[in-house]
Amino acid sequence: MIEIKDLHKSYKMGSNSLHVLKGINLSIEAGELVAIMGSSGSGKSTLLNILGMLDEADSGEYNLDGVPIKNLNETKAAKYRNKFLGFVFQSFNLINYKSAMENVALPLYYQKVPRKEREQRAMKYLGQVGLKEWATHLPNELSGGQKQRVAIARAMAAEPKVLLADEPTGALDSTTSYEVMDLIQKINDLGNTILVVTHEEDIAHMCKRIVYLKDGVIVEDKKVEQVRASTYV
Amino acid sequence: MFSRDNWKEIFETIQKNKLRTFLSGFTVALGILIFVVLFGFGNGLINTFDDFFGDDATNVFFIFPGRTTVPYKGYKSNRTIEFENSDLADIEKNFPLFLEYVTPRISRQDTVRYKQESNSYTTLGVAPSHQFSEMTIIMKGRYLNKLDIKNKTKNAVIGRLVEQDLFGAKNSIGKYVDIGGSSFKVVGVFQDDGGDNEERVVVIPYTTRQLIEKNNDKVSQIIVGFKPQIGYAGAMAFEKSLDRFIREKKYISPQDQNGIFIRNVADQLKQNQQFARVLQIIVALVAFGTIIAGIIGISNIMVFVVKERTKELGIRKALGATPKSVIGTILLESVFITTISGFVGMLIGIAILSSLGEKLKDFFITNPYIDTGTAIFATMILIVFGAIAGYVPARRAARIKPIVALRDE
Repeated sequence: MIEIKDLHKSYKMGSNSLHVLKGINLSIEAGELVAIMGSSGSGKSTLLNILGMLDEADSGEYNLDGVPIKNLNETKAAKYRNKFLGFVFQSFNLINYKSAMENVALPLYYQKVPRKEREQRAMKYLGQVGLKEWATHLPNELSGGQKQRVAIARAMAAEPKVLLADEPTGALDSTTSYEVMDLIQKINDLGNTILVVTHEEDIAHMCKRIVYLKDGVIVEDKKVEQVRASTYV
Repeated sequence: MFSRDNWKEIFETIQKNKLRTFLSGFTVALGILIFVVLFGFGNGLINTFDDFFGDDATNVFFIFPGRTTVPYKGYKSNRTIEFENSDLADIEKNFPLFLEYVTPRISRQDTVRYKQESNSYTTLGVAPSHQFSEMTIIMKGRYLNKLDIKNKTKNAVIGRLVEQDLFGAKNSIGKYVDIGGSSFKVVGVFQDDGGDNEERVVVIPYTTRQLIEKNNDKVSQIIVGFKPQIGYAGAMAFEKSLDRFIREKKYISPQDQNGIFIRNVADQLKQNQQFARVLQIIVALVAFGTIIAGIIGISNIMVFVVKERTKELGIRKALGATPKSVIGTILLESVFITTISGFVGMLIGIAILSSLGEKLKDFFITNPYIDTGTAIFATMILIVFGAIAGYVPARRAARIKPIVALRDE
């Protein structure tokens, strides 16, 4: 599903240049649930942003579902993002003046899905995350966990090939974190490919594979025994 | 870009961001409102100007005799030219095509007395048609008539303020006043829009004036009214041939600048119109400034709106919004708001102007108005420039990498 080879990325900080990714090679199959771990500054978020086409690599190859991601203009990147990827952010990033249902329906708007169908599908995914009765509520009327579940529903609504989660539990207490991870595991059980960036060991162990990043290189890449989050809930 | 779905999305955004909508709408509405009101006031100023200078007839020549400076046909220079009654008849006879009326005007300063009250006024010896050249309005009684001229009657028509000065609140008609030592009967009172000076005037038959002055037939000034249909060009041609005719009759060289002098009100009218045009230009400049200020205002709002929405736009981009749709959303929204509020401001402005009418006449603003075409044009300008002003930050927002936009708190 995801194939990256010798990925480099550096940021210019004034006159200095900060080399963040120093040659990353990674291959992820369809249906995997991968945790990318590392301390802050290890380059894990940068990697996720490049995978999510939110940022561009300086050099290296990136293939997503057989499509080479290279030299994309903004319009094309937007279309690929819409078609291939779903995002879950640490800070939820819901649009605060839209109701939960409207937030979930937004990616479908950009897929030019008719309104009626959009709303139906949004309701379906809201149901999947257990928030059907909260559909008309605005984000600021929801708890953190509920917000993240709305964000996950939104990421799923476009039926992407890969779900990218950047510290999805970073802003949540541990009980809520486990609820969210439980949801992510269930979505993965349905066959969706999911990447989770985290720096929490217990969250990482709820995935099926952990990639350790340190100073811009992969130091360890191992399959793990998945801990089901439902045992904690 | 203009699908129903898009509009619905825009309406929702507008509805749910009331402060933003209000701010940008208010700026545009206020800009157009000020523009309409200022422009209307300018037009009101021009109306007042027209009222001031439009009180005399414009189809009129004033012919003044002078003193020759060039010898001609055996006549020496430095000869005083004088008009006589025969000149009036000759002009009337020779220009039937152009002419509407001829009246002499013999202007004197006289002390006018009624009982204890007395004052010095301009006394004009004129013919009945003088009423038309001055556009005199009779308040009561009558103006001079042909019989007054023929019989050299001692009848006088007095200005409104003359009556007020001498008679107070009493009626002057039929009373006798002393004008320069002779007793005249007041037969009429007139008013004139030209201001106080034109209402402190006494009018008597020119023949009576000549009788008083040792029964001469001298006329100090001739006023010729021409048919308005002949137009500006016709008036200029008439002036030329009139000039030639009088020079011929009075043996004045065609080169002589001072022999006679014809004041053409049509010419003066043109000058007045020029002044009015300058006024119009000043008004237009003020209006232009207002529009510029409005454009700057809406530009500021647009920059603020885009800044405020940066994060939202980042989210939308992450979810698959193309740069085109980001720009489209911002622009359609701003154009929609500016259009609605622009026309609301315009209508309020027009309503204010039409409700004012003559209320501001004391401030030289009469019947302020704006023609609808100008108002709509200005509104469109503001909408278009609002859109352009919105496009620049919108394009920048569309270019920001979503990751940067998402980090924006």
